[in-house]
Amino acid sequence: MTDSFPPTTSAATPGSAPRLALRGISKRYPSVVANDAVDLTVQPGEIHALMGENGAGKSTLMKIVYGVTRPDAGTIHWQGEPVTIDSPAKARALGIGMVFQHFSLFETLTVAENIALALDHRAAPSTLDARINEVSERYGLPVDPKRLVHSMSVGERQRVEIVRCLLQAPQLLIMDEPTSVLTPQAVQTLFGTLRRLASEGVSILYISHKLDEIRQLCDTATVLRGGRLAGTATPRLEDDAGLARLMIGSELSPCQLPPKQPGEIMLELTNLNLPSSDPFGTHLQRVDLRVRRGEIVGIAGVSGNGQKELMAALSGECLSPDVGAVRIGGQPVGRLGPAARRRLGLGFVPEERLGRGAVPAMSLSDNALLTGAATAPAMLRHGLVSRRAARDFATGVIAAFNVKCGGESSIASSLSGGNLQKFIVGREVRLDPQVMVAAQPTWGVDVGASQMIRQALIELRNRDVAVLVVSEELDELFAICDRLVVIAQGRLSPSRTPAQTSVEEIGSWMSGGFIAAADAKQEVRDAAAA
Amino acid sequence: MRLRLEKRAAPSAAMRWAAPLMATLLMLVTGMLILVLLGKAPGDAFRVFFIKPLASVYGIGELLLKTTPLLLCGLGLAIGFRSNVWNIGAEGQLTIGGICGAGVALAFGDTESSWLLPAMLIAGVIGGMLWAAIPALLRTRFNTSEILVSLMLVYIAQLLLGYLVHGPWRDPDGYNFPQSRLFNDWELLPLLWDGVRTNIAFLIALLLAALSWLFTAKTYAGYRMQVAGLAPAAAAYAGFSERRNIWLALLISGATAGLAGIAEVAGPIGQLQPQVSPGYGFAAIIVAFVGRLHPLGILLGSLLMSLLYLGGEQAQIELALPSAITGLFQGLLLFFLLAADLLVNFRITGSAR
Repeated sequence: MTDSFPPTTSAATPGSAPRLALRGISKRYPSVVANDAVDLTVQPGEIHALMGENGAGKSTLMKIVYGVTRPDAGTIHWQGEPVTIDSPAKARALGIGMVFQHFSLFETLTVAENIALALDHRAAPSTLDARINEVSERYGLPVDPKRLVHSMSVGERQRVEIVRCLLQAPQLLIMDEPTSVLTPQAVQTLFGTLRRLASEGVSILYISHKLDEIRQLCDTATVLRGGRLAGTATPRLEDDAGLARLMIGSELSPCQLPPKQPGEIMLELTNLNLPSSDPFGTHLQRVDLRVRRGEIVGIAGVSGNGQKELMAALSGECLSPDVGAVRIGGQPVGRLGPAARRRLGLGFVPEERLGRGAVPAMSLSDNALLTGAATAPAMLRHGLVSRRAARDFATGVIAAFNVKCGGESSIASSLSGGNLQKFIVGREVRLDPQVMVAAQPTWGVDVGASQMIRQALIELRNRDVAVLVVSEELDELFAICDRLVVIAQGRLSPSRTPAQTSVEEIGSWMSGGFIAAADAKQEVRDAAAA
Repeated sequence: MRLRLEKRAAPSAAMRWAAPLMATLLMLVTGMLILVLLGKAPGDAFRVFFIKPLASVYGIGELLLKTTPLLLCGLGLAIGFRSNVWNIGAEGQLTIGGICGAGVALAFGDTESSWLLPAMLIAGVIGGMLWAAIPALLRTRFNTSEILVSLMLVYIAQLLLGYLVHGPWRDPDGYNFPQSRLFNDWELLPLLWDGVRTNIAFLIALLLAALSWLFTAKTYAGYRMQVAGLAPAAAAYAGFSERRNIWLALLISGATAGLAGIAEVAGPIGQLQPQVSPGYGFAAIIVAFVGRLHPLGILLGSLLMSLLYLGGEQAQIELALPSAITGLFQGLLLFFLLAADLLVNFRITGSAR
């Protein structure tokens, strides 16, 4: 695939200065050194990967380039000239655009209003809508300019960010993990776009930890580890193991999924219809799903296709009018709330870690109580909580899942995303569930922590727990799932084993390819019934 | 060199407790400055305001007497505030508590009975809870703002009290003054010592402070309410009911405010009058925040607020200042507390530029 797109010059053409050159950039925060004397050079028309685990300092470095953060030391040269980038407006004036990993959108405004705010000149709303539609169509990034951001999913918000950047015709485009929410086909479309931009002379700084994408797309790679420069590489010439070694400093072992005969059905959705309370939400329609003991079922899909609604219907945060539409261990639970479902053996890892899966301002041991008090009898006696039991439990999770923190009294918000996720997964796993539902368990989590989380889910399966994983990372689903289904437009596809299907089939289902066939089948069934 | 605000890596625990002290100090300095500008000698003003009220046993008794309703209201409000339920109408619940307790006394008090006083207290508590149930019901049914509803109900409660003392409950032998008959001895809360007006309600308030600490620190219900306040989405994820949280928060704060009301009526006032509180229910909001929503802090905060009330009264008498002086000090305290709270999450650094 890369062969059809020869790399543009990765060495500077004689006489022309690099587009961007960072020398000795350092940035200290009160508790951490985010960047320590980092160098980075990007040539015109080059697609340059910036690799590293979460917390390696990639985002800080990019914020410095984009003028969000000022470095404590070091110089920045733009097209050969020393520059001080003291604001994002200055960066944009130079021709730097950035798509953030954590979105910088105002939730109460529409897509078009958000984009208008980021443009440094005023644009009439009427022409802006047209331009947004044009760019979003050209690059295969569907967004509705009139929608309010608060009603949009993570994936949809990211599309807005990308469109917003492309509207400004940047000279250097920084993309912070842009593909995690796209279908494989859309990733290829995006890569096509990026290569076209590069061939037009635009430099692209591509931040990622997905090795195959980097190998496919990028000309050169700069690798950060612990805030320091770990090295540079030509990704095309390296294999996954080599790149991973550079990134994490040690070897990775792949997931093992030993063959296993699944047992009885533990989690069952039967003809679940759930209109979304959110006017921009996705209605769940005729959702059927069965998860058996000892199997992992994966739900693939582009975010915003009903995952949020499905997760709420499973967890009990959203009740189903039809009590039998959701069953746990054979019992109808459609009208039971989250705590009651937990007591029937449900474990649940939500997509949002901070604020939903954990209370940011509380200690880890108090966060153990959040779901532990309902299920672990030791933590709750006669309406009184046992802090000692909660502490012991939290200490156990920290040790078993290698959570890096100051101890069980650390505040949840002080942990890195990956470590907090390990804690939340560990908490749910050690509460001994019969059914485990995990939403985006490794989103934005570094390679090492992802590996550990996947392994924990596989071990649950091996212990005869029914596991359901919703993820936007197809590689992950293919690696750990016994069966795969796809969610699109609030509908669920038939299930396939990874061996029966392919990335292409799943990809086409992700854009709704299975729905026509399912409807036809339903019609036949209805006719037969009549 | 210029000063900058820098976000702290973690909120400063030390600053959380230092902020109320800083606010108190700044309130003192600014307050004194204002008194000086009004032509009062600063030493005199300080003595009148903060020393003189405490210079006698009687004065200490008055301090504890005024501390009682502030402490009661503050404890209940803090439990609600911790769980993101904003009951601003403690003053109204206090008033209704006074009315209900007094109603029991007026109806059954003509013959001496040992159950009368407990019945009055219980009626006061129930009255406060019923008044707080209105915003709870409207919030859980119709998603109205409990802030506005509870606040508006304050004025309704005060008008109701006015109607009662001007109309049906007016003392027939009271020369047409708008007030009920004076309570009999058996309708009044027993005093703690001779020579002071502090009554047994102060001990009840201290006991409730200990209970409220137990509730927040030890019970699952308290934990659930705290989670609801800190992270509503996490509370939903864990399956903690939002309705139950709202009801509990409003009923608890209504109950303590109602108790404060009947303790005033059956305590220092001794009858129903058109006004049963000089704004204790509102001042308790400041007390709750100055006390960091912690029972011990609220006890200290209500002692300070009580002193401001006493000092204000002294200043009216001795320095010929208007009664607004108490409100001024209360306002300064809240203002400086909010400002100092910035330092919990931020620190001031100097940067050479």
